[in-house]
Amino acid sequence: MAGRGKPGGRIGSVQISQELVVIAISVILFAVFSATLNNFLSQGNVIAILKNVSILGTLAVGMGFIVVGRGIDLTMVAVMVVGVAFSIWVSSWGVDFTLAVICGALLAAAIGLFTGIMVAVAEIPPIFATLAIASSVYGSGRIVFASDVLYAPPNIAWLKFVGNGSVFGIPMSVVMFACVAALMAFFLRKTRFGRLVYATGDNPNAARTTGLPTRPIIVTQYVISALIAFTAGIIMTGLVTGIDTRLYNSSLIYDVLLVVVLGGIGLSGGQGGVRNVIAGTILVGILTNGMTILNFSYTSQNLIKSVILLSALAIDAIINPRDEQTSQSGDI
Amino acid sequence: MSMAESLVRWRYRVLPDHVVGEILTKKWIDSVIPFTALVILCAIFGSIVPGFFDLATLTNLSGQTAELGLVVLGMTIVMVSGGIDLSVGSTFALAVLVTLFGMNVEQWSFGTGLLACLGLGLVCGAINGLLVGFLRMRAFLTTLVTLIIYRSTFDIVFPQVSTAIVTSGPDSPAYDFLGFGTIWGMPASFVVFALIALLLHLVLSRTRYGWRLFAVGGARRSAYNAGINVRFTLFSAYVLCSVLVALSGFFFSARIGSAASDIGTGLELQVLTATVLGGISLGGGRGSVAKALMGTIFVLVLSNSLLALAVPGPVNYLILGLVLLLSVLLDVRWVKNRHKILRSVYISPTFAKMPQAISTEPGAPMAVNDRLKDVGVIGLGFLDGAEDVIFDRQDRLYTGSRQGDILRFKPPHYTESEVFAHIGGSPLGMAFDRDDNLVICVAGMGLYQVSPEGEVKLLTAETNRSLTSVVDDSTMKLADDCDILPDGRIVFSEATVRFEMHDWYADALESRGNGRIIVHDPRSGSTRTLLSNLVFPNGICTAFDGQSVLFAESWACRISRYYFDGPKKGTVERVIEGLPGYPDNINRASDGTYWLALMGMRTPALDLSLEMPGFRRRMARRVSEDAWLMPNLNTGCVLRFDETGQILESLWDQAGEKHPMITSMREHKGVLYLCGIFNNRMGTLPSQGADPDWFSSDSYWGEKS
Repeated sequence: MAGRGKPGGRIGSVQISQELVVIAISVILFAVFSATLNNFLSQGNVIAILKNVSILGTLAVGMGFIVVGRGIDLTMVAVMVVGVAFSIWVSSWGVDFTLAVICGALLAAAIGLFTGIMVAVAEIPPIFATLAIASSVYGSGRIVFASDVLYAPPNIAWLKFVGNGSVFGIPMSVVMFACVAALMAFFLRKTRFGRLVYATGDNPNAARTTGLPTRPIIVTQYVISALIAFTAGIIMTGLVTGIDTRLYNSSLIYDVLLVVVLGGIGLSGGQGGVRNVIAGTILVGILTNGMTILNFSYTSQNLIKSVILLSALAIDAIINPRDEQTSQSGDI
Repeated sequence: MSMAESLVRWRYRVLPDHVVGEILTKKWIDSVIPFTALVILCAIFGSIVPGFFDLATLTNLSGQTAELGLVVLGMTIVMVSGGIDLSVGSTFALAVLVTLFGMNVEQWSFGTGLLACLGLGLVCGAINGLLVGFLRMRAFLTTLVTLIIYRSTFDIVFPQVSTAIVTSGPDSPAYDFLGFGTIWGMPASFVVFALIALLLHLVLSRTRYGWRLFAVGGARRSAYNAGINVRFTLFSAYVLCSVLVALSGFFFSARIGSAASDIGTGLELQVLTATVLGGISLGGGRGSVAKALMGTIFVLVLSNSLLALAVPGPVNYLILGLVLLLSVLLDVRWVKNRHKILRSVYISPTFAKMPQAISTEPGAPMAVNDRLKDVGVIGLGFLDGAEDVIFDRQDRLYTGSRQGDILRFKPPHYTESEVFAHIGGSPLGMAFDRDDNLVICVAGMGLYQVSPEGEVKLLTAETNRSLTSVVDDSTMKLADDCDILPDGRIVFSEATVRFEMHDWYADALESRGNGRIIVHDPRSGSTRTLLSNLVFPNGICTAFDGQSVLFAESWACRISRYYFDGPKKGTVERVIEGLPGYPDNINRASDGTYWLALMGMRTPALDLSLEMPGFRRRMARRVSEDAWLMPNLNTGCVLRFDETGQILESLWDQAGEKHPMITSMREHKGVLYLCGIFNNRMGTLPSQGADPDWFSSDSYWGEKS
């Protein structure tokens, strides 16, 4: 939808895209919450929003990257918690934490590689492969790690900086999110590989017929998304000094999807970009924070968010209708 | 014959290779792997889990089968329609909540409780169905989100009523009976489940609705174009699924009587594992109730045994996840490669030794000449796929076309034509019966009859199934040529039961006796196979003696005679062996002899390869089809032979301009008409010495005034 001249009205000279609508809603919500909620505009709360948003946003950048290539990656949260927990577990043997983090990153990359191979080479529908792999990864993690919550070793300077440091007054976690997003934007828009990802997502068969190495492209995508998930895990560890593997059971992965779909990256692939992810992230961040301040329970927040996600999906389905003539059987 | 050759001959006679390919085309082949896996699983756990086969364990298992099985059946319906429903776990939880609240707290009657529970399923399913069916959203993501929505609803309501549920009990004997009663030693719920499964099996396999479901799942676009209401079909699949899930929740509530807050979580994973393991395809269009049951039992045996072996929960999750991944992997690869495997295994050449060919050297009756060089031409550039030609009493010429029409040309010049009748399939051999009805063999469709008024009627498309057939061979694949016996019965050849018409060269490569001769009696309507295991039986002609038919076997290059009456009734004898080409249609000539068309000529390379089945099999697998050794259809001829099989004369076209291949010829009033299915014309050749008044129908039925 966004930026690709997809259907959408025009008002004056401004092309109405989902991205713009989302930003407009975010601004309105922000204004409403600022006016009605006491603590919403306080410095602490804004920073809290940003901090919360940084993890979600980082994950969403990875997910958006996969969705652009017409995939979906439900392993992200599992990779995040298990990868970081693995790092902490390794460091508990007395290994240097930085080295342990590298080990964790390697594990994440390995899982990404496996997922990628399952999707690209074995041709299992991505949504299925990632669902099953997520369950397996989490299951093995639970077997290895004795407890649900693992705490990072104290006194790791860079980890503390990630959690509490700031650059020009901006929290380090947000800076990291910005870096990941900027890198991804550059990668998608300016590199040859990025263009190939769009081509693969837009029409995999055509891409393959043209001679693009679609399988390596897809495998690389999943490795990168796993590494991004791991980065999000490091940010989280910095912020809360540990990792709660039970996060896998939460609806975090759906929040990530919510961000991507709301931001306007069509699930049929080949469209959208990092800007859509940022727009979606801001809206979901504000929404979540507002509901938290309003003292909505965790379950009702889930309910509201999933209803919104469902509406976003429905709007996506109406704007980009799937035709009986063109949709393929088995395209679930 | 050398020793090695006899061995090869016996090996191909004893081991029927072609059966492998035919077994692979069977529907149940999908279930073989899961079934074997289930048997192995039961054997392993049966030996290591104590009390695996105890009555108590089995009773417990059957109770659980009823509950999980219902959900799996629901999922099966949705998956057959090409979708997926991940919200089953949450729907289940909501159904249990409603049932427990109604039965325990509100003291509803059995009927009210059941209705409320099913009503809830209806609502949940309708939401999914509306979104996926009518809004055409992606099933996976949509139901993933409704999973959260239903679960959140459950999480919000459940804590408020959980205490009330635990502190009170139901007051309904029927409800208690459902939970604890037994019928013939089996849990009541299991009996109900078995009945539902049977009903669903009938619906899926025997009703219009079931077929539509499969059509929508298997080929959505085709279903849509065929006029099936795709949206409603999808909608109904989700509704049915959720109603079955709700019923399962009702059973569960009756049996357990309470619920934990995490009830139904992860159910979708378990159910998906069951369906995919059972062999129900993710892509849709493939699945059955039996497969669903197999998958259910597999998952239950696996998870119960792991539980009995005290395997911790996370390991359980891990194993289930890996089993799911593995079975999806197998399913995807199987669906993708099945036709490739089939393609490479299906063609199974057999041993055939060709006899020495009759000489075509100068001086022999079959010497090559150029008598067809200057034949007259009918319908040049207009005829396409004229396999046979015939004349009626008004001298009108009838022939077929590839477009599925019977064309009629007007005498005397045969330049004007009209479509006499539209059949729809490719018309091959033709014959007129006593009442001037045109009887036609139609490839892929069977035996048809067209009345003089142009009315098309199907005579028969099925014969009796042969006893040893793996694939049902009762339906006709390639009815080729027909003729009519003096008593009115129609005898016709079916060239092959293993291939469609356009794959004729694959049958030639096999050179097995895949064909048969069938007789149809129009008076009783019965159709029986007369002779089977013939090598591409093609032309067929009732002999002048009135008690036998002559038939040609193309790839065996021979003509045989079958006696349907007289002292030799039921026997077959060879008339001509070792033809230099592949015989096609046989028709009567005016002087009591027979015309025979050779559609193509033998080549030494193909003849030699027929003695090397292994070579031909490798060729079929490794070389693309257009590079296969094939019968040479670029040149053919017409020859005339007498009752004893003596060849009298032959007509050739050396330049190959007029008649490169000939599939049929018909003598009519002193002129020989020639046609070939790959030719763009029909030829006319005035025949010296032929009776200028001879007419085929008269020869069969006597002159009519």
